Amino acid sequence: MFRQAKWDEPLIFELSREGRIGYTLPKPIEDVDVKIPEKLRRKSRLNLPEISEPEIVKHYTRLSEMNYGVDSGIYPLGSCTMKYNPKINEEIASHPGVAHIHPYQDERTVQGALKIMWELEQWLKEITGMDRFTLQPAAGANGEFTGVSIIRAYHLDNGEPQRDEMLVADSAHGTNPASAAMAGFKVIEIPSTEEGTMDLEALENAVGERTAGLMLTNPNTLGIFEDEIVEIARIVHKAGGLLYYDGANLNAVLGKVRPGDMGFDIVHLNLHKTFSTPHGGGGPGSGPVGVKNFLKDYLPVPLVSYDGERYYLDYNVPKSIGKVKELYGNFAVMVRALTYLKIMGREGLREVSEVAVLNANYLTRKLLGTRGYELPGKELRKHETVFSAEPMKRETGVTAMDVAKRLLDFGMHSPTVYFPLIVHEALMIEPTETVSKEELDAYVEALKKISEEAYSSPEVVKSAPHNTAVRRVDDVLAAKKPVLSWRMYLELKEKGEVDY
Amino acid sequence: MGKHYLPNLAQRDEMLREIGFGSIDELFSDVPEGMVKEFDLPEGKSEYEVFTELNEVLSKNRTVLEMPSFLGAGTYFHYIPAHVKYLIERSEFLTAYTPYQPEISQGMLQALFEYQSIMAELYGLPVVNSSMYDWGTAIAEAALMAVRLHRGKRKRFVIPKALSPEKRTVIETYTRGANLEIVEIPWDDEGKLDMEKLKEAVGNSAGVYVEMANFFGLVEENVREIGEIAHEAGAYFVIGADPTMLGVFEAPGELGADIAVGEAAYLGNPMNFGGPRAGVFAVRNDKKLIRQMPGRIIGMTKDAEGRRAFVMTLQTREQHIRRAKATSNICSNEALVAVASAVHLASLGPKGLKELGETILKNTAYLRKRLSEVAEIPFEGLYFKDVPVRFERPYREIHEALLARGIHGGYYIGNHFPELGETALFSATETTRKEWVDKLIEALKEVA
Repeated sequence: MFRQAKWDEPLIFELSREGRIGYTLPKPIEDVDVKIPEKLRRKSRLNLPEISEPEIVKHYTRLSEMNYGVDSGIYPLGSCTMKYNPKINEEIASHPGVAHIHPYQDERTVQGALKIMWELEQWLKEITGMDRFTLQPAAGANGEFTGVSIIRAYHLDNGEPQRDEMLVADSAHGTNPASAAMAGFKVIEIPSTEEGTMDLEALENAVGERTAGLMLTNPNTLGIFEDEIVEIARIVHKAGGLLYYDGANLNAVLGKVRPGDMGFDIVHLNLHKTFSTPHGGGGPGSGPVGVKNFLKDYLPVPLVSYDGERYYLDYNVPKSIGKVKELYGNFAVMVRALTYLKIMGREGLREVSEVAVLNANYLTRKLLGTRGYELPGKELRKHETVFSAEPMKRETGVTAMDVAKRLLDFGMHSPTVYFPLIVHEALMIEPTETVSKEELDAYVEALKKISEEAYSSPEVVKSAPHNTAVRRVDDVLAAKKPVLSWRMYLELKEKGEVDY
Repeated sequence: MGKHYLPNLAQRDEMLREIGFGSIDELFSDVPEGMVKEFDLPEGKSEYEVFTELNEVLSKNRTVLEMPSFLGAGTYFHYIPAHVKYLIERSEFLTAYTPYQPEISQGMLQALFEYQSIMAELYGLPVVNSSMYDWGTAIAEAALMAVRLHRGKRKRFVIPKALSPEKRTVIETYTRGANLEIVEIPWDDEGKLDMEKLKEAVGNSAGVYVEMANFFGLVEENVREIGEIAHEAGAYFVIGADPTMLGVFEAPGELGADIAVGEAAYLGNPMNFGGPRAGVFAVRNDKKLIRQMPGRIIGMTKDAEGRRAFVMTLQTREQHIRRAKATSNICSNEALVAVASAVHLASLGPKGLKELGETILKNTAYLRKRLSEVAEIPFEGLYFKDVPVRFERPYREIHEALLARGIHGGYYIGNHFPELGETALFSATETTRKEWVDKLIEALKEVA
């Protein structure tokens, strides 16, 4: 039975003891007398912890023991592609030639770095069927913003400022409509059919002279391949719109099918999903954006170019949208992704998507028919699958959230829950290619056991988790009574407004 | 290759049979005919081959460890205590996703809450999110937030002209969709923000942004007064500050900031050729502001047994719930970068951060003093990290001559600010060594 560490670890501020230090610093070069203007000198108290190095190391080690990562066990968080992060990636990314170079160094002194960026772009071009990439975006959503900004610039450039509507699927990731809105678009949602794919009739009715483009994942967030993709592309292009590929789900077709061949004009990728770089508990990610030739003049600056002898930062992008992040992007993440690509190679990448799809379908078929869960849409899935716990909720009161919490008790991470929004009580499961058959079997067994519990002793499920560092967390209280820093906590504690 | 990452390759046929499929191709039968292709990519390699290949490529980079460098201009070489990297590479942190399931993710949630808390102390503002992509995007998000707070009725955002060109371009790109008018305030004769020009431009602006040390490294003495002008005009006041200043210089919150931004990656994280970074984003404890904040926020609460616990909170602002009406599109942020920054800051403590700030000030002053022996420093005043140096010869030639002597000179800014002529920013931190400066000055005496 799984038991997570419970350290009751105090906040680092509570470990503070006056006079302790956890640092060493070099002496100043010369003891120059520096006058700080009186009105700018810090007079307010700087309440940082005073703590020694061994205490810091113990504190964070204990915290890490109360955290669960891909290295801890199965982590089938749908749409997040939590695959194994190869350790060689970390080894390469720790090279001083990654860590200790300055972005403004003379290009002749950073040829290695530029070569890595250029090479990564060549791989990504072939994988997606795009013609040019920017590596600047820091994450998927930053990439989406880049892509839709390019769409906006393209239409303006063509004298079509009226194209102010961005179409998104109702099953789309929340970042799609949010990114489109940030770039100034009006967002139009296109519904899905019973089968779980885009409703073509609704799409036909929605497109027009105001259509700027359509943002789509393929396979979609139900894990279903949009088999009418050629027709979708035709409808959008005929109306004068562009087709944007949200690459969050690329793992399903990696090395087999290219978004460019499906008719997409712009693609963003998530190096921290498909390309095995670790997600760090929320970031850093990296969200490169690729475009077809006719859009390359709009990409952010600089690009990385190669003239046959040297690699260089290329600011010659005549209609560039500008910059979506300072400098060139998350270089240390790019290094990891290139390491992965070089090890996998052509055949390895194809096997990634094949096994990822096999694993998702294996899990789907094994779970199918279990009481309380149903599978909306087509049976055949790609890299992920979405079950609904609606029958269970109706019959026992146990919700998808309860199921998710109970899974934690088995030492397994939950699926993504309540997404996509079009499925009630959604459990969105993406096992990835790096889990074993035994782990999949155990996951299915756990979901079946939870179903049995829901119908026999629902309280066990509703009161889960039992074996984690803390019991079910009161998120309603967190929102009602925000305690967002130690400083806020101390104030509220003083007023007697918190009892924890 | 890569088969060693794929346990089920060996069970492929068995698994297919078990679920009633004849082949892998059948699993892809929903893909339109002819769309599955053979890719033109290299064959995979062994780990050893890739290790040697990439080590060779990376060894072509000349690092700041092997070549004295005076580059700064928004990216700085700081030393990171060894335990920081060791701790953030604990795989339970490194390989986790965003903590959607708080009960099994308390470690990361607490570490991020501590990051928020530490930044709240530094910046003097109690509400901090768990990071933006970088300082530049944090300013841009602050601009968008200021406009939202004015319900879109004010669309002007004021920035200093003495701002990093990187940041300026990010702000423009981010705010184009919302049709913001970005107004630049020039510097005065002393290189500081021109207060008269600010007063002329501030009317009807949604927000005013200023940095405690501007792009030229000059400490902005009138921060408080700039805030007063902004507030009188009904604008929100946004202060940008390098966290390494804040042991010595007053907290932005105490200087009147409604919103403060900065670069967390200056601590705990190497330069990495410019990324990843992590933007600090802090606001006053005001419900109106908090509701309009971008990004993920970690809150303290309790669990079912009444014990302290941490969770992502106030999520109704965010894209996965609010979709097109979210305060920002940000999803993945820079969590691990933020935690590294917090570990470093916790190690420094109040005494260490002050000492770090003082050392940087002294080293900057020393570098400036020595540089003034060989070239012109265009502005008087107090400098933090960066010092502008104006040469008579084209800087390109000086750069070449320095590089030939194994020294990396400063960052040329003449193309961005032609009025400054052949000026480059030279930078110092606590890592700057006396022998580097001596070598630089000796070289400049020959070539400048």
